[in-house]
Amino acid sequence: MDTAPKPQQVRLSTTPSRADLEALKIGDIVYLDGLLYTAREGVYKKVCEEGSDLPLDLPAESAANFHCSPAATVNPDGSFNMGAVTATASFRFSKWIGPWIERSGARIIIGKGGMTSKDYREHFVPNGAIYLTTVGYGTGALLGRGIKQVKAVHWNKELGLAQAMWVIEAENMGPFIVDGDLAGNSLFERENARIAANLDKVYEGTRPAVLRRFGETDDRSDEVIG
Amino acid sequence: MIAIDTIQETAERLMEKAAIEIPQDYLDGLRTMADTEDGDLSSFVLQAMLENYEAAKQDRRAMCGDTGCPRWYVKMGNEARIEGGPIALEAALRRATAKSTNDIPLRPNRVHPLWRTDHDNNVGIGAPEIEYGFEPDGEWIDLVTVHKGGLFGTDYRMLFPSDGIEGIKRFFLDSLVAFGKRGLACQPAIIGIGLGGSKDTCMVLGKRAACLRTVGSRNSDPRIAAMEDEFKELGNSIGMGAMGFVGKSMVVDCNIEVGYCHTGGMQMSVHAFCLSSRRAVARIHADGRVEYRTDPEWFTDYQRRETVEWTPPQSLSKSA
Repeated sequence: MDTAPKPQQVRLSTTPSRADLEALKIGDIVYLDGLLYTAREGVYKKVCEEGSDLPLDLPAESAANFHCSPAATVNPDGSFNMGAVTATASFRFSKWIGPWIERSGARIIIGKGGMTSKDYREHFVPNGAIYLTTVGYGTGALLGRGIKQVKAVHWNKELGLAQAMWVIEAENMGPFIVDGDLAGNSLFERENARIAANLDKVYEGTRPAVLRRFGETDDRSDEVIG
Repeated sequence: MIAIDTIQETAERLMEKAAIEIPQDYLDGLRTMADTEDGDLSSFVLQAMLENYEAAKQDRRAMCGDTGCPRWYVKMGNEARIEGGPIALEAALRRATAKSTNDIPLRPNRVHPLWRTDHDNNVGIGAPEIEYGFEPDGEWIDLVTVHKGGLFGTDYRMLFPSDGIEGIKRFFLDSLVAFGKRGLACQPAIIGIGLGGSKDTCMVLGKRAACLRTVGSRNSDPRIAAMEDEFKELGNSIGMGAMGFVGKSMVVDCNIEVGYCHTGGMQMSVHAFCLSSRRAVARIHADGRVEYRTDPEWFTDYQRRETVEWTPPQSLSKSA
């Protein structure tokens, strides 16, 4: 069904060179090596809105930001127990992603479901960053196997374990799929366009609801009946 | 009398099984989809999922990093007696939820909706949900845990009789297309549809249709069973597969449950139980025996009963 060339499978450092990223095209399968950190709305608010200092040296230590809340606990002796890790949906972080990439120097954003090609063009391409999506979305156990070590957790007291900034050492962690490449293409948007071509046929024989809703019309003077 | 310690130990074991072991019915359904999927990317995703289930079982780690929101369904035979009564039962289920969240570990997903307070144990106001059902005979209790994930894939709409089956199909497709893009619904999913009831019971019926019925089960009403087949096929004809890539793996099965509703309305809800359909079940007998399974067997004839033990007053005109 898909006529594109077979995707390549590559291992990628979490502190990649520009050439490493230029070699990647949408649909490629990626496995990561090196340090990566979790950051989502809690961390973004703290850094981008409240101006808190970064707790580690970015992007020197890691240029890979994972939109993730791990299934993890901190043991009484301060060690960590991390089982499965899976991404959370990235589109919700659109308002922070530009400032965050500029502040953190991130070159790899990892998450669920990609972001819009508009976000890629406005915030990723100018900063030389790509987007990797997790697979499934539920390959949490496979990704968990790629964790060599949990190095640290920051801000867990203030933000809770789910929103905290976890620093993870990855080894052959994956699979991930390239959704956004350095040219600003989006794999999801390409697939959506192909599927959209079939939708009229699928909807044949269905009927719009008798009572419509705001959202289906933005005209608030509309009665939404019939 | 069922010992409270047995309940807590069983609940802890269920929490672990739900998080780690994909139910066999779902696994069989997904394998069938993987065999027929012809979209390259969607196929790749399904193969990765099959490997992931194996990795989770081998490593005894949660299959997905988002371990959902743990909840409990308790069904009791009419003769069941629990040490300490229902208050002790609820306390044991809350303890098991917190302990297992820490031990497995699960992701501490549950937070206060406004203050975002996280107790790091999946317990809080109204969490975990505990719902009840009863059966006419038996001294047993069934404990069912479901760790449903996902912020996407569920919707509700008030339809009306004039919307008809065409309107039901439209809302079904709208839900799948809207949440299936980019794979936000984590499909292929068990799609549960609730029809009728009231707004709240319609949501409950749809959620239970998704979470408490297995892949391959069919409603006891043959006309509804035929709709389940038709809707499964319709969902898989969209052209959308796993992660929203081109393909045909959207609906691993479609389960429909109904409840009597207001004569003017036709409430409809749609729920998606994801690629990590976490459910586990145990029956605890009065003698302390525990039997584990994955089919909740929730929707019995008793749960779907529609009659009443009552004789209407005899009309005089009728006998005249």
